[in-house]
Amino acid sequence: MGGKFLFDGQPVPFEDGQTILQAARAAGHYIPHLCWHPDFPPHGSCKLCIVKVGGRHVSSCALPARDGMEVESDTPEINGERRALLQMLFVEGNHFCPSCEKSGNCQLQALAYELDMSSARFAHFYPDRPVDASHPDVLLDFNRCIFCELCVRASRDVDHKGVFALTDRGIRKHLVVNAESGRLADTDFAVGDRAADICPVGVILRKRVGFAVPIGERKYDEASISTVAMEKGE
Amino acid sequence: MQDAERIAARAVERHRREPSQLLQILIETQDGIGHLPVESLTRIAELLDLPRSRVEGVAGFYSFLYAEPVGRYRILFSDNIIDRMLGSRELMERLCRRLDVAPGQVSAGGEASVDTTSCTGMGDQGPAILVNGLAVTRLDEARVERIASLVAAGTPLAEWPAEYFHVDDNIRRRGVLLGEDFVPGAALQAAMVRGRHGWLEEVRMSGLRGRGGAGFSTAVKWMACSEAAGADKVVVCNADEGEPGTFKDRVLLASQAERVFEGMTLAAWATGARQGLLYLRGEYRYLLKHLRAVLAVRRAAGLLGARILGEGGFDFDIDIHLGAGAYVCGEETALLESLEGKRGTPRIRPPFPVTHGYLGRPTVVNNVETLAKTTLIALQGGAAFAATGTAQSTGTKLLSISGDCAYPGVYEYPFGVTIAHVLEDCGAHDPQVVQVGGASGVTIAGHEFHRRIAFEDVPTAGAFMVFDGRRDPFEMARNFVHFFAHESCGFCTPCRVGTALLKGYMDKLASGKGAKMDLADIEWLDRLLKNASHCGLGSSAPNPVIDTLVKFRPAYERRLVSLDFKPAFDLDAALETARRMTGRDDPAAHLDWREEV
Ligand SMILES: Cc1cc2nc3c(=O)[nH]c(=O)nc-3n(C[C@H](O)[C@H](O)[C@H](O)COP(=O)(O)O)c2cc1C
Ligand code: SF4
Ligand code: SF4
Ligand code: FES
Ligand code: FES
Repeated sequence: MGGKFLFDGQPVPFEDGQTILQAARAAGHYIPHLCWHPDFPPHGSCKLCIVKVGGRHVSSCALPARDGMEVESDTPEINGERRALLQMLFVEGNHFCPSCEKSGNCQLQALAYELDMSSARFAHFYPDRPVDASHPDVLLDFNRCIFCELCVRASRDVDHKGVFALTDRGIRKHLVVNAESGRLADTDFAVGDRAADICPVGVILRKRVGFAVPIGERKYDEASISTVAMEKGE
Repeated sequence: MQDAERIAARAVERHRREPSQLLQILIETQDGIGHLPVESLTRIAELLDLPRSRVEGVAGFYSFLYAEPVGRYRILFSDNIIDRMLGSRELMERLCRRLDVAPGQVSAGGEASVDTTSCTGMGDQGPAILVNGLAVTRLDEARVERIASLVAAGTPLAEWPAEYFHVDDNIRRRGVLLGEDFVPGAALQAAMVRGRHGWLEEVRMSGLRGRGGAGFSTAVKWMACSEAAGADKVVVCNADEGEPGTFKDRVLLASQAERVFEGMTLAAWATGARQGLLYLRGEYRYLLKHLRAVLAVRRAAGLLGARILGEGGFDFDIDIHLGAGAYVCGEETALLESLEGKRGTPRIRPPFPVTHGYLGRPTVVNNVETLAKTTLIALQGGAAFAATGTAQSTGTKLLSISGDCAYPGVYEYPFGVTIAHVLEDCGAHDPQVVQVGGASGVTIAGHEFHRRIAFEDVPTAGAFMVFDGRRDPFEMARNFVHFFAHESCGFCTPCRVGTALLKGYMDKLASGKGAKMDLADIEWLDRLLKNASHCGLGSSAPNPVIDTLVKFRPAYERRLVSLDFKPAFDLDAALETARRMTGRDDPAAHLDWREEV
């Protein structure tokens, strides 16, 4: 069937089963996203992809496109709300970007630039999240987790290992690994896993390659996240 | 410690190694051990062939499952605003003193732990507690003293005074549902005579809308499920009743279980479902025995099982699942996840449960009261049902009334009744505020008491909490914000972080450190929660704040110390360590020194 909808006033065609975000991307329109990834089904948790359809907010990564929809995305109102969601993600974790190995390659940081987030606005939570350096090849710095569950999904659905899962709930929610000891070294996680290079922020980090590319010359240092997303399909 | 593994293994076997039974397995394992030690989780994961991380993730989601040892007596005080108005906080302090234990901690000898929990659904007979999962009502100083002695003496719960565990129905006003006798099977017979289509048509004519909150048309839901592709359809009864101040489903389950189960069977007749599940909130666990007994009687009477009432091809039976302390599991897709033995995280919709529900099968999810009401439609016909109530809200509605009134309890009214009328009936002498629909509902001020209970005016899942002139609307809203922050599933950013931030702002105001800018931040958070949340929990979490800010703004403004920014922490107090280390306490060593000179 398929059809057409209006995206910020411009017509966008879609095929049956495509979400708003997928159809918009295919037509060259970027919608911010963090938990969505082209290789995985939509998750719908970060809410960076919110758009307005007929006056109502919806998650564009999850909602199938429908004929005749009028979608608002790149507006001061929606971008203001997206900025606030980023601020929430920053204050709930511990993000010291200048000392973070992921700086410049981090989607959270890159989106903060993209959406002109200049302060955290809200009070920091400063959660206590010890790092896990037990694994020979990979370091886990939970301080930066944004709960996109990409590692959970990749390990479960691609690697078929179930190395990662979330436990507890609400603001106490956190990541655990598949071992009674709670240590990554005691799981069957391997550096070649899909889950090892899926994290959009600086939680799952390869050891011994840190800072090989200097900060300032990294992915989002060179081009904005919207450009990278659209040109490289990330 | 091998004991723990043995107990866990037995629970897994009882549930035929079925991964969808994980939550039930965890509950039963904890029943045997007291908490869920790491090796029990490992064993369960092995036997179910699930990643251990998944089992840990589920165990960590539910408030009533414990990773660390808790007291042999685990005492939880219902922390709804109504319990607080009845003195729960003071009683909890008293019990803690008597047992020499701090809230949230385990006593030195391991005999007791005392903590708070979300509303336990006993607002008409509070303050209420749960002792090892069992409800104790009407707490007062005498009961607290006695409980402290019973705990100290190690008296088994079975030997505690039986009246402590007595839960009253407190039915104060009976309409057609609560007033008429019910002969089990009669409604079913009447519906079966009409045939499946005729029965659906009758439900359509009744105009019945869901009593669980959203008010969705029951006939439309049932038809969609009946038409959905797939043979193994499911009927789910939502008995999670977690909305603070709501307890009418508890009374229906206690006094009208036959109607509730018959309603599920009527839904099965309409949709062709063969499996029924009732999700019972953990707080109502004491009802389990009674409910199972009713199911057994109905099976023996041919009202459940194969060939119901002799009708070939009409096979349907009902199982009961327990929740374990998670309000969000009342949201229908979170409920399905929980029934499947997972974390109670709401799903992406569409697809909706009517096509992709329990284990991906077409599923009807209905509230307890909705299902009970369908027996009336079967017996009287849809048109007679629609004769009461209003145009868009047919039939009657059960209200759970609590708070500042002489006669708290359950009242059945035709839809359209005014709030003033209800207040009069329940003996509210000086009502100033009514919170209709629970924490997520609507705050009604005095000048609105002429408004009507109906989907087209003031909708409600059933809670009706009355506050008189002694109460503070700000404190009510703050209590509800704490509730939502505690109950957020944590899936989506706005609700996970937003409810926690909102709680921080409300606490800042309560401690007298608020500034005008905080009100602006509060309103901004309200809007983000409303607009961006993934499910109804997050989007309704700001309701009490939005309403009280509009209708009782002075309750906020008198808490502001300044009109400018004021940090949430006390800068001067933060310097205390530095003062001690340097041995200074002169005015210049204090932050507000400049202001004083
Ligand atoms: C956070 C949240 C909690 C809910 N809790 C309940 C509940 O305890 N009981 C209930 O029947 N419905 C509850 N609902 C509504 C259900 O999602 C669903 O609409 C209802 O069970 C459908 O049944 P009904 O059509 O018979 O009302 C809740 C919804 C949300 C968003
Ligand atoms: S570790 Fe990374 S990939 Fe995994 S949930 Fe956290 S942010 Fe997402
Ligand atoms: S709104 Fe709250 S409860 Fe609902 S999915 Fe989001 S975090 Fe979970
Ligand atoms: S990208 Fe849509 S919710 Fe995260
Ligand atoms: S810069 Fe380190 S997590 Fe984003």
